[in-house]
Amino acid sequence: MKKLLLALALIASPALAVNPDEVLDDPALEARARDISAGLRCVVCQGENIDESNADIARDLRILVRERLVAGDSDQQVMDFIVDRYGEYVLMKPTQEGANLLLWWAGPVLFVLALAGAGLYLRRRAQSPEPGDALSAAEQARLDELMKG
Amino acid sequence: MITELGHVALILALGVAIVQTIVPLIGAQKGWSGWMAVAAPAATLQFIFIAAAFGALTHAFVTSDFSLHVVWANSHSAKPMLYKISGVWGNHEGSMMLWVLILALFGATAAWFGGGLPPRLKARVLSVQGSIGLAFLGFIVFTSNPFLRLQVPPFDGRDLNPLLQDPGLAFHPPFLYLGYVGLSMAFSFAVAALIEGRVDAAWARWVRPWTLAAWVFLTIGIGLGSWWAYYELGWGGFWFWDPVENASFMPWLFAAALLHSAIVVEKREALKSWTILLAILAFGFSLIGTFIVRSGIITSVHSFASDPTRGVFILGILAFFTGGALILYAARASAMEARGVFSMVSRETALVVNNILLAVSSFVVFIGTVWPLAAEMFFGRKLSVGAPFFEAAFTPFMVVLAIILPVGAMLPWKRARLGRVIKPLIPAMGLAVAVALLAWTLQTGRTILGPVGFLLGTWLVAGALTDLFGRTGRGPIGQRLSRLTRLPRADWGKASAHAGLGITFMGIAGLLAWQAEDIRVAQVGETFEVAGYAITLDEVHREQGPNYISTTATMEVHKGDALIALLHPEKRVYPVQGMPTTEAAIANGFWRDIYLVIGDPQEGGGWAVRTFIKPFANWIWAGTLIMALGGLLSLSDRRYRVAAGAARAQIQGVPAE
Repeated sequence: MKKLLLALALIASPALAVNPDEVLDDPALEARARDISAGLRCVVCQGENIDESNADIARDLRILVRERLVAGDSDQQVMDFIVDRYGEYVLMKPTQEGANLLLWWAGPVLFVLALAGAGLYLRRRAQSPEPGDALSAAEQARLDELMKG
Repeated sequence: MITELGHVALILALGVAIVQTIVPLIGAQKGWSGWMAVAAPAATLQFIFIAAAFGALTHAFVTSDFSLHVVWANSHSAKPMLYKISGVWGNHEGSMMLWVLILALFGATAAWFGGGLPPRLKARVLSVQGSIGLAFLGFIVFTSNPFLRLQVPPFDGRDLNPLLQDPGLAFHPPFLYLGYVGLSMAFSFAVAALIEGRVDAAWARWVRPWTLAAWVFLTIGIGLGSWWAYYELGWGGFWFWDPVENASFMPWLFAAALLHSAIVVEKREALKSWTILLAILAFGFSLIGTFIVRSGIITSVHSFASDPTRGVFILGILAFFTGGALILYAARASAMEARGVFSMVSRETALVVNNILLAVSSFVVFIGTVWPLAAEMFFGRKLSVGAPFFEAAFTPFMVVLAIILPVGAMLPWKRARLGRVIKPLIPAMGLAVAVALLAWTLQTGRTILGPVGFLLGTWLVAGALTDLFGRTGRGPIGQRLSRLTRLPRADWGKASAHAGLGITFMGIAGLLAWQAEDIRVAQVGETFEVAGYAITLDEVHREQGPNYISTTATMEVHKGDALIALLHPEKRVYPVQGMPTTEAAIANGFWRDIYLVIGDPQEGGGWAVRTFIKPFANWIWAGTLIMALGGLLSLSDRRYRVAAGAARAQIQGVPAE
């Protein structure tokens, strides 16, 4: 039984995300590879980028990124190369094209609108008289009645 | 037998919830005090029944009763006792049970301690709370019943996901749920106030403690989850902008906004309808969070226990409560008369800006979370929204928030002069700039992130201390220091929550900007250097755990001649689920963590080893704890205790009106 468990342990053993054999000798190139990897999504994982993932496909992609870099591609060329093959799904940072503009601009636009709305409200507040001082119609009527009485 | 009793108790709780929803609501409308009085005992009874059902379920897990489907699917007889118990909520059915248990607990506490509430408001609050309970109890009984038996009980269970077998994660869900569900009280109060058409300072005084408590629980829950990710997932990430994390972060931001705007209602009777709206949104986002997690609609690392078919039910609950409350809000909000007048430069204005920043940033998180879904449904594009988007779109709001916070926190109510507030803050500003410059000179040619984070963080901490010291008035230093200890706890709470935020800022910036990493193959006996630390791989051996097999390494960390730490990073395999986990070994320190991970044996001998030096890592969670502590300090303020008593005294003296 124990031997069986040990065998199981060996089969299922996890790899480190980035393995020592993948690392490039040139530290500058390796640093670029890491940055690019952090922006690419592992297609079989749930929300992990390929730099963090233990999956085999992530490893393949990491190696591919490094091959392109060694071949002399720029960062953008490497990205384009991978997006061409896997689609924009692999981009952790969505593009700023088409409908995605909605995504990118929703926050800033809402912020400006909220500030403008609040500004108008605050100006009205600042100019209106203290309502606490005035009596409501009902209170006024009651007061008149008392004064008459 | 106990299981069947639990099942009966669950169904009885559903019946009680129906009564609690309907009877007090009609009573409050018609002014029948007998019907209104049903609310409190019903809330207590509902809690007792749900607690009994939850107890029965826990009993089944503890005794490993594999004739129950949930126990079989999520437990194993060899599992340590702690995880047998935490396994109760480590699955869909059980976690929903925990949800309603906490919901009923909050309802019951409102019944027990709500003696000072006007009876009509109390009846309505408990009725709304009961209706939420009713919806979720119905969800459990009809779609997610934990008490279903298997016809042929298996010999042993399938075990809990090994990633969840961890002390940090054992207590992460209960805290999160305490927070999510705590916001239901704010929601119930908001809806009751809308039905009543009346909001005043007393209302805000009741809502604030609940919101504050919910926010404290959420803070601790999120902190625990992030800490768990840091040490468990094997590369020391602490926040991934994962949909499920965002699900807890959105209510947190809204709760933070709500507890600030409730201050304005309480002290100045302004921003009433906005505060009601925030209360609805805060709980609405809790429900959205529950929907995201429970339906698994947006796939994520966390959706271990999700089931899409149940999503529709929760979506219905979400639409009914949020939609219903918003319609009610649209109809009745204009009835909320605002009183307090204030000028453009005032504490009120600062808190409005705070609310805008928190609400908009939460909205950014929301749209980023659901965008992949929206893009696929409406534009046919399959895309991802990952951390880089959130870092770019969310962070600017936090930067602005941090810049204005210390000034806004010191502005007086009603009318203020900026110059008079900024003057005492000049030393804090100077200190922040000095720290940032120091960070800038110490680091060479790295990102601006580190210095900026420390600039803002120091500004927040020093600003909070300046504010606190400013509360002591004038006079000799000695006198002021002694007055410091007599300040209301709310002042201390405010200062520590704001300072905690600053510390978290510094932790995040420091870790992200100055982390050092090393990946290599190390032979047994080999020593290598990472960022000034000499690290030796002494040996690697296999070990048998209670329900896993481990590969354990022994590693020494030296700096100069001194031994700093002896660490044992592990790699575990849980054979029942066939799943490996990494157990990083971490030497915690004030200035940095040393984080070691052991990987696979290599073909040419030796082991893959990853080493991280993570500066200021602990500051992230220290800051989180200090924030939570600030909330607790505020919560224990004398004002709330006195207020409860004062309200009671007032009830006896009403005839004068």
